[in-house]
Amino acid sequence: MDPNLKTELLANVILMAAMLLGGLATVMLRQLVKAAIALAFTSVVLCILMFKLAAPWAAVFELSVCAGLITVVFISAISLVKPATEEERAAHMRFKVRRYFLLPLVLLTVGCGLSYMTVRPLPVVAGAELITDMRILLWGPRALDLLGQILVLLAGVWGVVVLFKEEK
Amino acid sequence: MPSLLVIIPLLAVLLLNLPLNFLRRLALPAAVLFAVYQALFAMQLLPASCTACPTHERWFVNVLDPLTSVLLLAIAVVAFASVFVLHATASDEKHGFNAFNLIFLAVAGMNGLVMVRDLFSMYIFLEIASVASFILIAAQRDMGGLEGAFKYLVMSALATMMMLASIALLLAYCGSTSFMVVAEALHAHGSHGYLLTAVGLFLGGLLIKSGIMPFHGWLPDAYAAAPAAASTLIAGIVTKTTGVYALIRLVLHVFGPSVAVQQLLLIFGAISVVAGALAALGQSDMKRMLAYSSISQVGYIVMGLGVAGAANKFAAELGVAGAIFHLFNHAIFKTLLFVNAAAVEKQAGTRDMNQLGGLAQKMPITGLTSLLAMFATAGVPPLAGFWSKLLIIAALWLAGYHGYALLGIGASLLTLAYFLSLQRRVFFGLLRAGCENVREAGWALTVPSLVLAAILLGVGVALPWLIGSFLLPVKGF
Repeated sequence: MDPNLKTELLANVILMAAMLLGGLATVMLRQLVKAAIALAFTSVVLCILMFKLAAPWAAVFELSVCAGLITVVFISAISLVKPATEEERAAHMRFKVRRYFLLPLVLLTVGCGLSYMTVRPLPVVAGAELITDMRILLWGPRALDLLGQILVLLAGVWGVVVLFKEEK
Repeated sequence: MPSLLVIIPLLAVLLLNLPLNFLRRLALPAAVLFAVYQALFAMQLLPASCTACPTHERWFVNVLDPLTSVLLLAIAVVAFASVFVLHATASDEKHGFNAFNLIFLAVAGMNGLVMVRDLFSMYIFLEIASVASFILIAAQRDMGGLEGAFKYLVMSALATMMMLASIALLLAYCGSTSFMVVAEALHAHGSHGYLLTAVGLFLGGLLIKSGIMPFHGWLPDAYAAAPAAASTLIAGIVTKTTGVYALIRLVLHVFGPSVAVQQLLLIFGAISVVAGALAALGQSDMKRMLAYSSISQVGYIVMGLGVAGAANKFAAELGVAGAIFHLFNHAIFKTLLFVNAAAVEKQAGTRDMNQLGGLAQKMPITGLTSLLAMFATAGVPPLAGFWSKLLIIAALWLAGYHGYALLGIGASLLTLAYFLSLQRRVFFGLLRAGCENVREAGWALTVPSLVLAAILLGVGVALPWLIGSFLLPVKGF
């Protein structure tokens, strides 16, 4: 194998392992704040993978929204939550391993399966237009989705107002 | 302009929240006006009356579609009833105002959902309606509401994951998520393994969203635990739009009613019709009984859709027309029953049917409209529900599915049985001790009840005029 390809492959494997570890840490860590940070770490690694897979726009959104904005929202929400009692923590720990040990196995199996899957776009379908410029895609044919996302965000804001505001 | 049906609710939310106190008092009139505007707009698009409908717009291309207009009309009517229920039952002004905002957002989401012709856009608008619904259910922050919202959230997340995976597969293979392109690709390469997987995943997600048995786990808790206005909206139209409408649209216009899809729909529909009705029989909470009744009625719609691919073209058309008609009717009679449940709960202080009785003499309007809704649900002529069930059962029989047709008739008797039990325990018999001081609910609950009952009666009586001009053209082929 070409040494460059070998290095590339090794880097990808390391990144994927890091992402998997980050994901596991997210569900296994005892403290919610640490879990939120582990999730942000997972998003950052995923973002690097997206850059490497030549999807820079997706990577930018992953970094800004998932690693950035969502972490802030999680930490804000966590700050409103009461810490768990010792008994609750002990009960949680007892079930945690049983609950999650299968998860990495499932992920690895699905990942290996998908890596053998070759995606070949079907023969040209009439009407299908592939837009490669994200700016045109977002402000042209996908403008309606942006409006939809504004509405989802508004609904989320009302969720915070309705469910958390009086807790302060 | 179709876009206004999404933009006006968004603007309403923004304007009502400007820091001016008097604006809060405008929430109810604004919502009612918008519902009336939407109903008029939708009626203009119905097949019988459409003469100069919009055919092209930047965002909503070719929304000139009878199925869309039926749904827009149903959304308008249910939203109209829900805002009145909210006005009558909100625990305080602040909670009520927040719920008004969420209803506006849910309506915007549902309107967008029924007008888009793209899988990814459909997913986004579906999420708007779902997110607003989770919050509406949990809004009172009591244990039941939080549990109901959590179950709905978890099951919806699962459905969402399946739909997104399906969209990703379809995008990878078809190069687009537009209905037209995906339908063409599926038509040309329907036996492609990954495409079949994508179709299966999407249909699975929609069955969860529709609350079809055995994917119904979230539905009774969500409907029963939600505040009155939220359960009216969610049971009346949200699950019908996010689950059942999307299923009808995609099966008819994108995935195609193949033999496998047809069998899947008939089996799940039949399970829901029977198991939902049997489960409803055992309930003592009024809203829980209505929730199980919903599962059963949605089963009829799904069975009607299951005939869409039948070799007998007339049966196929009849089945689809029946499914869409029953979707509309179900939205109306189920909303009416939830408005009645809200009236009973508000006036008598409980929904437990074992603690109620003889309320018809104290609440004549609620009792009478509830009776009408019950007869419509059970399929008693000449009410609207009778005709839609008749169309579905006739379609099943003509398509050669005699067993499913007989099962539909049998389940109708079960429907009558559980609703007679509801009527006897709540409205008839001797007045229960503790109910002596109960009075008829206020105008905010009786007005929507009367409007909904009039629609049920009017649609049923006017069927001979509706069948040729509206019902058969609405099939959407």
